[in-house]
Amino acid sequence: MITAGIDMGSRTVKVVFLEELKVDGAPQLKWGVKGKHIMFPDELDADEAADKAFDDALKEAGITRDQVKNVVATGAGRKQVKFATSDVTEVGAGARGAVFMCPTAKTVVDVGAEEGRGVKANAEGKVVDFAGNEKCAAGAGAFAESMSRALQLSLKEFGEASLRSDKTIPMNAQCTVFAESEVVSLIHSSTPKEDIAKAVLDAVASRVCAMVRRVGIEEDVILIGGMVHNPGFIQSLKGALGVDKVLLPDMPEYISALGAALIAAENNA
Amino acid sequence: MAKYPTEQLKCWKKAKELREQYYINFAKAHEKGGLRWSGSAWALDAIPAGLGNDVYSLTGEPYGATIAVDRKFNKECQDAAESYGYARDMCAYMRTYWGSIILNKYPFGGEFPKPDFNFQTQICCSHSKWYQAAAKLEDNTPTFFIDVSVGAYQDLTTERLDFVTNQGLEACEWLEKTTGRKFNDELFIEAVKNEMRSTSLWAAICAENKAKPAPLDEKTMYSLYVLATLSKSSKWCADFYQECLDEVKDRVARGIAAVPNERCRVMSDTQPPWGFLKVFRYLEEYGAVSIGSLYTFGLEGIWETKPDGTWGPRTLPWEKGIEMNTREEVMRLYCDWNLSKPQWQHFYDPRIKTEMMKTIIKEWGVDGVMLHLNRGCEGLSIGIMENRLGLAASGVPVMTFEGNMGDEREFDLGRTQSRVDSFMETLNLKRDTAHA
Repeated sequence: MITAGIDMGSRTVKVVFLEELKVDGAPQLKWGVKGKHIMFPDELDADEAADKAFDDALKEAGITRDQVKNVVATGAGRKQVKFATSDVTEVGAGARGAVFMCPTAKTVVDVGAEEGRGVKANAEGKVVDFAGNEKCAAGAGAFAESMSRALQLSLKEFGEASLRSDKTIPMNAQCTVFAESEVVSLIHSSTPKEDIAKAVLDAVASRVCAMVRRVGIEEDVILIGGMVHNPGFIQSLKGALGVDKVLLPDMPEYISALGAALIAAENNA
Repeated sequence: MAKYPTEQLKCWKKAKELREQYYINFAKAHEKGGLRWSGSAWALDAIPAGLGNDVYSLTGEPYGATIAVDRKFNKECQDAAESYGYARDMCAYMRTYWGSIILNKYPFGGEFPKPDFNFQTQICCSHSKWYQAAAKLEDNTPTFFIDVSVGAYQDLTTERLDFVTNQGLEACEWLEKTTGRKFNDELFIEAVKNEMRSTSLWAAICAENKAKPAPLDEKTMYSLYVLATLSKSSKWCADFYQECLDEVKDRVARGIAAVPNERCRVMSDTQPPWGFLKVFRYLEEYGAVSIGSLYTFGLEGIWETKPDGTWGPRTLPWEKGIEMNTREEVMRLYCDWNLSKPQWQHFYDPRIKTEMMKTIIKEWGVDGVMLHLNRGCEGLSIGIMENRLGLAASGVPVMTFEGNMGDEREFDLGRTQSRVDSFMETLNLKRDTAHA
């Protein structure tokens, strides 16, 4: 049996197909990833984007729509996926996928483009408690992206640069607009870019950490979402949370889609 | 997927009519030689009632909430207050009230009806400034403040009660001097008894919501509790609550539900974002009924712990054989009654509120709590994250959402619904409506 999860995020559409496994001697291995696909919708509207991403994913995986038994949608645009059989919030899908990938994880930190959140999950990947930013982008990936542009660095360079700094420059900003002003002031005062990058990522980590503290920091901590690709942020997050280790799953952008596909499989069971 | 029978609350229409009449009475008070006064919903309104039966009030918070529903006029009021120089992060009701004075516009028609005096209690950090500033905007309206911030009721001492009582007695003299009217003790005592009836009866109504299915949902309760915030010491308010209690008891006896698909019970906290009460209807799509909150129950309801340990309406003094004859003894009982108000206790220690919330959770069978981090009201939001921690530590599922009871710029409906979706998932609930 094949099921699918589709994550309609604010910037990308991700699709994951799961296939039922029957591994002799390893009954805990029930599901394997049959295929995954990411698409940047550009100018497509939401309906078209969902359809195109799904069709492209099917093609890549070498399967047909008929073979997919259940499709569960997640993400901010989940209601736009007309062909989905049901939907699940990004909070529920993220936790489910994270614990599937790292079964020892108890605290899920999810930092995507639009939102940062902390989730406490149980051993089955079910959400016990959650907290997230609402009106402030300072704890979200989009903020780091915007600040990297201000420094004229790519996101990759931005993250790497911050690792070269050992300075702590407090950034008091609670809001991206004011934070950007602070960054501009730092640029004008000839502060090295790596120090500014670290200051920004420390600030994002601090905002995220405040949300995670609301649900309680219980190890293992796992980070999911686009910020997994930012090594500077990971370093800042460890410091803010006061932990030595943050688990980083494979295919981090797909965790919510994976969670949705798992829920699709369970719904079908 | 209806599980229970439902029907509209019969007294709901009457509650709406009484509310509207209240605002009209205030505006027209001078036409018949009556008096107008203004103060908060927590003002000790039985005291001005001693001036006569033709004395009408305008309570500030319900006035702000009323305007909040009229989003266009609300925006005009907010803009007017901000243009005048008042900061956006101040109490939203207060800004609306000031805006209405500045614009000289009354939502029930005509100019803003300026009060003859302001009569206010102070416990919330905004309350005194509210009427101090209003008095200036109204060309120095005479204003009297009673400081009721003497600590939690559980720590009440004779001296603390004396402190409030003596201010109440001083107020009677101030009212005589200010209005030129003789203070009538009989009217005052009658008003105190009315207020005790109103607030005890409201608690009794809320206690009926312990029943499953809940006979009332919180959105409907807002249309009922508001009468106590307007005029708790009036006979019409007390009589209405008696009528309402009889009807709610009848609903419980017949198993009439507020939400026919009830399968989960939540409670909220603090004032809701008034312009977006549809959030409560959204909950119902999941079969979740909001059975009330400490705010709805205890803003005006007066409660006590019963001999069996449960929470119920506070027993009226005369039911316990207590004499209520002189101004002094009645004032003392009246102040004691108000100081026990549940919604006054968290100002001193959030743990008291957490314990009361846990009582509601246990006795009303609450499955989850939705805390409104209300940027519009510092007074009721103070300590709310401590409450969250306290509830979460005792294993209660809690969600928070940010907003403002009276300033829609600080509320995001889509994001709040999305958060509700996540919370409902944690409670294992699915929407009854087909997937869109």
